[in-house]
Amino acid sequence: MALLQDNFPTFLQGFGYTLLSSLIALVGSMILGTGFAIMQIMPQKWVRKLGNIYVQIFRNIPLLVITFFFFLVVSKYVKMSGFTSGTIALMLYTSAFIAETVRAGILSIEGGQMEGARANGLTFGQAMQHIILPQAFRVALPSLGNQFINLVKNSSILAFVGGLDLMYQGNMIAANTFETFGTYMIVGVMYLIITLPLSYYIQHLERKLKQA
Amino acid sequence: MSMIEFTNVEKYYGNFHALKNINLKIDEGETVVLIGPSGSGKSTLIRTVNGLEEIQEGQLLVNGFDLHDPKTDMNRIRKNVGMVFQHFNLYDNKSTLENIMLAPRLVLKRDEAENKKIAMELLEKVGLADKAANMPSELSGGQKQRVAIARSLAMKPKALLFDEPTSALDPEMIGDVLDVMRDIAKDSSMTMLVVTHEMSFAKAVADRVIFMADGEILEDSTTKAFFDNPKEARAKKFLSQVEHH
Repeated sequence: MALLQDNFPTFLQGFGYTLLSSLIALVGSMILGTGFAIMQIMPQKWVRKLGNIYVQIFRNIPLLVITFFFFLVVSKYVKMSGFTSGTIALMLYTSAFIAETVRAGILSIEGGQMEGARANGLTFGQAMQHIILPQAFRVALPSLGNQFINLVKNSSILAFVGGLDLMYQGNMIAANTFETFGTYMIVGVMYLIITLPLSYYIQHLERKLKQA
Repeated sequence: MSMIEFTNVEKYYGNFHALKNINLKIDEGETVVLIGPSGSGKSTLIRTVNGLEEIQEGQLLVNGFDLHDPKTDMNRIRKNVGMVFQHFNLYDNKSTLENIMLAPRLVLKRDEAENKKIAMELLEKVGLADKAANMPSELSGGQKQRVAIARSLAMKPKALLFDEPTSALDPEMIGDVLDVMRDIAKDSSMTMLVVTHEMSFAKAVADRVIFMADGEILEDSTTKAFFDNPKEARAKKFLSQVEHH
């Protein structure tokens, strides 16, 4: 307890950066992921190919490698902090998985509805927005929830590039106080404070959408 | 004036020659029934009319627009050409009423109060006013198809395409759907192209019958001439097969 009291501002700062990085990466990866999911089912073959290449690259390279790429390579040309490069890497990495999840959701919606909408005069975009995506998200929600939780936990990658997040601050405190057990217990609990409400919220959303 | 005009149209799926040298003119207000054995290209042909299938050669004019011209805006054609599918293709996440109101709202920017009034009138017309708030999953096949027809009519199209509209229905549901279609056919300005196996419907409603086999149009006759005295041997054989079951 004394450990928590003594280092509270540091823990709290780490908690805040983890939350901020997760939020930015979550919103960004949802937008990017949905975009690349749609690209992969567009009628134009080259657009599908492009979407697929993106997904394959970011899904199949370790998050740590992507993070170092931004922190060590890209930052030579565009100045960015560890927090920024880690968050961008987290966003791109997660977006590849979200693209696959959303794509699976879209494919589970019967193709006839797209055809019905197009024949009814809607554009591809309108059909996606009003008919296909709302149903695809509903189907994909349980796996999207998984991705979000993974994202929060993966944000600990920031610790490797001085991203000031919870894991980073935990490492610092442990190194200064030598109380490794207590420190990482607190760090673990603080991650739970983010991930547990998140997973309960997803479950709640699932139940609500089932009734609708 | 012709609403739909095929001139030497060819359609391929890879090496498969799906439509062979199609020449066909359908005038405004005409009701034309397309029949033929399965795999003859009927559905492919009807799906080319609103651009769901591309043609590779020839010319296809719909409402004055050339569908083979890449500059043609397909959505403009689809505003005027509705389609009813074998499997209804309703929007599962929208109520019956919303299914009908969505396209007029998004595409025609129709005023919301007027949109609702027209949608309710159409539901009345197809006998489903009491189902306005229901979801598609709560409707029977026949009811779904009547909603799909109302959805197409809400765009106030000049032409309606029906791709085997009763083939997926239980026998006792078919009558209601055909009644609605008969009603639409009475409207002298509506052009209808119908792929169907319902010969009694064809006899009662069609101005003309087109018989297709193996991707070709083998016969194009007035309804009476076709049923009384089909010219083609394959048409004769087909008629005897469908009429004896």
